[in-house]
Amino acid sequence: MADPKIEGYEFKPGYKGMARDTSSDQTMFKGVHWGKAMMWIFLLSDTFIFSCFLISYMKGRGSTTVEWPNPSEVFALNVGGVPVPLLLIAIMTFVLITSSGTMALAVKYGYERNRKMCGWLILATALGGLTFVGMQAFEWSKLIHEGVRPWTNPFGAPQFGSFFFMITGFHGTHVSIGVIFLSIYAYKTLAGHYDTGKRGWFTSMKGNYVEIEILGLYWHFVDLVWVFIFAFFYLW
Amino acid sequence: MDETKKQDQTSTHKIGIYLWIWGLLFVLSFCSYMVDWFQFQGLLRWSLILIFMFLKAALIMMFFMHLFWERHAIVNVLLWPMTAIACFVGLMVAEGKYTLFSRLFYFFVGGQ
Repeated sequence: MADPKIEGYEFKPGYKGMARDTSSDQTMFKGVHWGKAMMWIFLLSDTFIFSCFLISYMKGRGSTTVEWPNPSEVFALNVGGVPVPLLLIAIMTFVLITSSGTMALAVKYGYERNRKMCGWLILATALGGLTFVGMQAFEWSKLIHEGVRPWTNPFGAPQFGSFFFMITGFHGTHVSIGVIFLSIYAYKTLAGHYDTGKRGWFTSMKGNYVEIEILGLYWHFVDLVWVFIFAFFYLW
Repeated sequence: MDETKKQDQTSTHKIGIYLWIWGLLFVLSFCSYMVDWFQFQGLLRWSLILIFMFLKAALIMMFFMHLFWERHAIVNVLLWPMTAIACFVGLMVAEGKYTLFSRLFYFFVGGQ
């Protein structure tokens, strides 16, 4: 997003800029914050990890001779005695999208150096993430109560449990780590560390609102992964 | 000093675009939930799930993650490796079919 000028280097848009970027000396992505480039590389590697999980799920589900449990019934929630299919999962999806939206706005207000709006929106995002993890814990305990284990379950193919706990567990871990970092950055923003240029306790480097964009990239990625899990694991 | 100068040059987008994308994501999620609600089956179900999934993923990546406004070098570095995933999916579809065939053959037909 930011295209600050670097001494002797002029950014050009489009494919011309791409050729200049990839053929430039010393560093690629000149003018891009190193943390942002590294976050993108990390997210790319994380994409491969989640892809491996989902692909192994595809292969496992496609090659079992036992019938796969119907997720629409397994994840149904009783409301007043009537089972509503996938109700909890739908609410979790909406909660995560809501938190993604507040994060996008936090990034926008961060770039406008609007300390208060940015900080409170990050806090709202953290609350959304916490709600999501809480509902996931409820879902896990419900399924464990019904006898779902990584090696067996009462609904059908035994692989169901191992894929469910592995994929949603790994995603839930990402959300939990995200909530921790969102809380830290909400504090840092509201305390005005980016306006005063206070040095961080861990890296002892001066902070900057670009960190909010980097945090946002991570959070949107968590939402992005959920889009795929929702489609392939819960709806398919 | 240097950092504040960099900050001043960054452009921000209007709030409307974020609210629009937010609303669209809600609508698309609602649509994909409706796929299950109405119990569509077979090819219709799978195609609808995939369409809504890819639309949502594209909206999040393009606008929330700013890839639409990002320089081409970053976009290309990110998206080309994804073709490896597509290859992997293709390989594992073939492998899965072979595993299923072997299981059906040896468990039920009883080939010696």
